[in-house]
Amino acid sequence: MLGYIFKRLLLALPTLLLVAVGVFLLIRLIPGDPALVLLGNDADAASLAGMRADLGLDRPLPVQFLTWVEHAVRGDLGRSIVSGEPVSTLILNHFAVTAVVVLVAVTLATLLAITAGLVAAWRQNSSLDLAVVGAATVVLALPSFWLGLVMLLLFGVKLGWLPFVGYVPFSESAAEAALFLVMPIATLTITESGVLTRMMRASSIDVLQLDYVTHARAKGLAESTVLTRHVFPNAFAPTLTLVGLTLGHLLGGVAVIETVFTLPGLGRLMVDSVLSRDYPVVQGCLLFTAVVYVVVNLVVDLCYPIFDPRVTAR
Amino acid sequence: MSLRLGIALVGALLLTIVVGLVWMPYDPIAIDLVHPLSPPELKHWFGTDEFGRDVLSRSMLGARISVLLALATVALAIILGTALGLLAGYLRGWTDRLLMTLTDTVLAFPGILLALGLIAVLGSSDSSIILALATAYTPSVVRVVRGTVLSIREREFIEASRSAGDSALETMLRHVLPNILPPIVVLATSLFGWALLSESALSFLGVGVPPPAPTWGNMLSDSRPYMDVAGWLSIVPGLCIAGTLLGVNLLGDALRDRLDPRRLS
Repeated sequence: MLGYIFKRLLLALPTLLLVAVGVFLLIRLIPGDPALVLLGNDADAASLAGMRADLGLDRPLPVQFLTWVEHAVRGDLGRSIVSGEPVSTLILNHFAVTAVVVLVAVTLATLLAITAGLVAAWRQNSSLDLAVVGAATVVLALPSFWLGLVMLLLFGVKLGWLPFVGYVPFSESAAEAALFLVMPIATLTITESGVLTRMMRASSIDVLQLDYVTHARAKGLAESTVLTRHVFPNAFAPTLTLVGLTLGHLLGGVAVIETVFTLPGLGRLMVDSVLSRDYPVVQGCLLFTAVVYVVVNLVVDLCYPIFDPRVTAR
Repeated sequence: MSLRLGIALVGALLLTIVVGLVWMPYDPIAIDLVHPLSPPELKHWFGTDEFGRDVLSRSMLGARISVLLALATVALAIILGTALGLLAGYLRGWTDRLLMTLTDTVLAFPGILLALGLIAVLGSSDSSIILALATAYTPSVVRVVRGTVLSIREREFIEASRSAGDSALETMLRHVLPNILPPIVVLATSLFGWALLSESALSFLGVGVPPPAPTWGNMLSDSRPYMDVAGWLSIVPGLCIAGTLLGVNLLGDALRDRLDPRRLS
């Protein structure tokens, strides 16, 4: 087990290194003085000179890269051109909102997908199965921003059940914050459940045809026991991989949904920074999301042996 | 049944684009300040927007722009991804390891955010959207192509081509490539759907196709302030995107069922 963990950690290192190189080079791709790019056009001569010394622009590129990585590892990602706040503070504050929405929504979507997928596979080609497949196919075609807008129109504007503009942080009022998060979480749950349900159904159908399932049934086990104890553990692995990929990508910011519901999440921070050419923040966001993705997938990989003990043997 | 629905939806989309090339009810970017936000009626089937522009005409032009952008994105990603995937899968060794690490790196960035980052650098224009989205999608093509090549390169006819003295390039193009086309076609279909959705999302976020050119995404984005008084502005482009995606996905599923070698055997 320890060997497996160590091997996975080692495999993640080159990816992390290349991610850092990519994000570092992104800013250098913009024509002009990197110090000016990072400080904005309003910067005075003194701070420009300071930034140039800081970046070590007179030194070779690899040295500049190492300095940048050293700062990043210490949590120093520079300051925002627009607000002057440290980029790391901005990212962590916005990440809290995104994390709550994404973690709750992905958990709900996974539970929904497991139930719907298993049941649909169990009664393959029944009208229940057709309904599940049909719903999943329709959900896959729904753009999340449109679904969000329709919800907002219905529950926010027409019915007035839920607040929809702005956001109250959890630290101020947990109850109010939760109300603001109902619609974003519902939207994300619905859009993410489509792919997961299809995956869960497909792998469950494969597993249901295996001999050991017939054997379990022949032993006289109840159908519910066969499904939960014998089919689910073996059919869940591909869906777990997909949950990992989804989680890794969504934690980087659900830009579209955060925009629809005006939530101050990581995706919104990134979009706003792109629009205002706040390059240090763009750079920081990209680095952060990629690192989150690598870490989440590492954790998912480390979870595999729990579901499938054969994995460690490989 | 689902195949027929898929064909019908994609057919309707293509028909809309073709008709839009020769005729549109109104000029899609002509401003008519006398009739802003008029609801759907006989004169304007889908109503007008805040500038009095005809929503039907804008949706028709939007279909053309969105589909062309998505096609260009998919074409670029497929060509690039197939070339790199062939190299990685056929040559193996260091080329493979290097290309795989690179793909993993790009895959570590969420597609939309990577595209946002690239557009921040490249500026917002049609070509930078295509380039940014193609960059985000190429790695998945590389992975699929590489995987298929790995299973094919050990077959006898490849061995035969090698021992007949064909160069690596010749073997790859004449013998490997034709045999990996089915999975590429299936992938291209789903990529098209993703590209269309991402382009709409980018336009919705305000970094997509610059105005006044309409796309379904920026029409949706512009409709937000008028949502409570002019619901049709949000409904029409949303239905266009959803209908197109549904059609393309259904076609893709049907195509996969026919081309998947596992199901054929």
